[in-house]
Amino acid sequence: MLDPLLAETVTIRGHGGDPIPAYLARPLGPGPYPGVVVIHHMPGWDAGTWEIARRFAAHGYICICPNLHHRDLPGAAPDDAAAAARANGGVPDERFLGDCQGAIRSLRGMPSCSGLVATIGYCSGGRQSFLAACELDPDAAVVCYGAFIAVKPPAGSTTNVVPVIARAIDIACPVLGLFGAEDTHPSPDEVAEIDAELTRLGKQHEFHTYDNAGHAFFATDRPAYRPDAAADGWRRVWAFFADTLHSAGDVRSSSAV
Amino acid sequence: MRGSGKAAGRWEPVVSASVYLDHPYATALDHTLNVDLFIDGDARPRHIALELSLESARELVDAMSRALAQGERA
Repeated sequence: MLDPLLAETVTIRGHGGDPIPAYLARPLGPGPYPGVVVIHHMPGWDAGTWEIARRFAAHGYICICPNLHHRDLPGAAPDDAAAAARANGGVPDERFLGDCQGAIRSLRGMPSCSGLVATIGYCSGGRQSFLAACELDPDAAVVCYGAFIAVKPPAGSTTNVVPVIARAIDIACPVLGLFGAEDTHPSPDEVAEIDAELTRLGKQHEFHTYDNAGHAFFATDRPAYRPDAAADGWRRVWAFFADTLHSAGDVRSSSAV
Repeated sequence: MRGSGKAAGRWEPVVSASVYLDHPYATALDHTLNVDLFIDGDARPRHIALELSLESARELVDAMSRALAQGERA
């Protein structure tokens, strides 16, 4: 039985205590429910991302997705804010970490939250989810085709991000990575490098790379969408969260996609 | 940059541009050539956005080059 849910835009305190908008989707039952911070991709805090948040809520998770581009153009439509963020070189890591920690704090402060919280990010959000695992205190982290974790962006890129693999030594939670074999950012070589480093450091992680899938294979509104990879990816996310965000005997997780 | 762009029914000075190949926002393609022309004024939105397929972007570049060449010859 799935709980009825509520989805709305709220305000949370992010980096520096700044009030920023966030999309909150949560079951309406008493809980306790685990929490998930959804980290949006570079095109912005958009309808596709909100749909992901609602999916988590429908499966028994309280989900918050902060608008990481809010400060670049306050009050703007998501695509305009994303353009401004891009012109500014992307979201600074320090600012992202502050906003993400604010989201984690908001979740753990909700009476219906169990206190166990994961991060999940797609594309640029995948790198940021990895960074959150390095620097913050989530109980689990999912990285969906996050690029530039181990390698620099190509010359001429509009993003100013730097590799963060050296910070993996501080990871204190399990990590699930989902990638496409046909992706170039990250390439299979970069994925292998990250995998090897986490193994070397003794970090609990599981990586899956899907054949016949490239970047953004979860995106249902793009030609890159790969139903088989996405369906299997979601199954792995639910299984991963069942292991990391639920206590033994808790049957709240769902095997449905 | 020097020029003007029309947004929300008004002409405003174009002050800068971002040109990049990346995921589009509205176009049903994996990657597009994206141009954001940032305008200086109080019209909203504050940029004029364009997403083109790579083929269309190359055709546009060629057309712009031809127009510039013709103008210089005139």
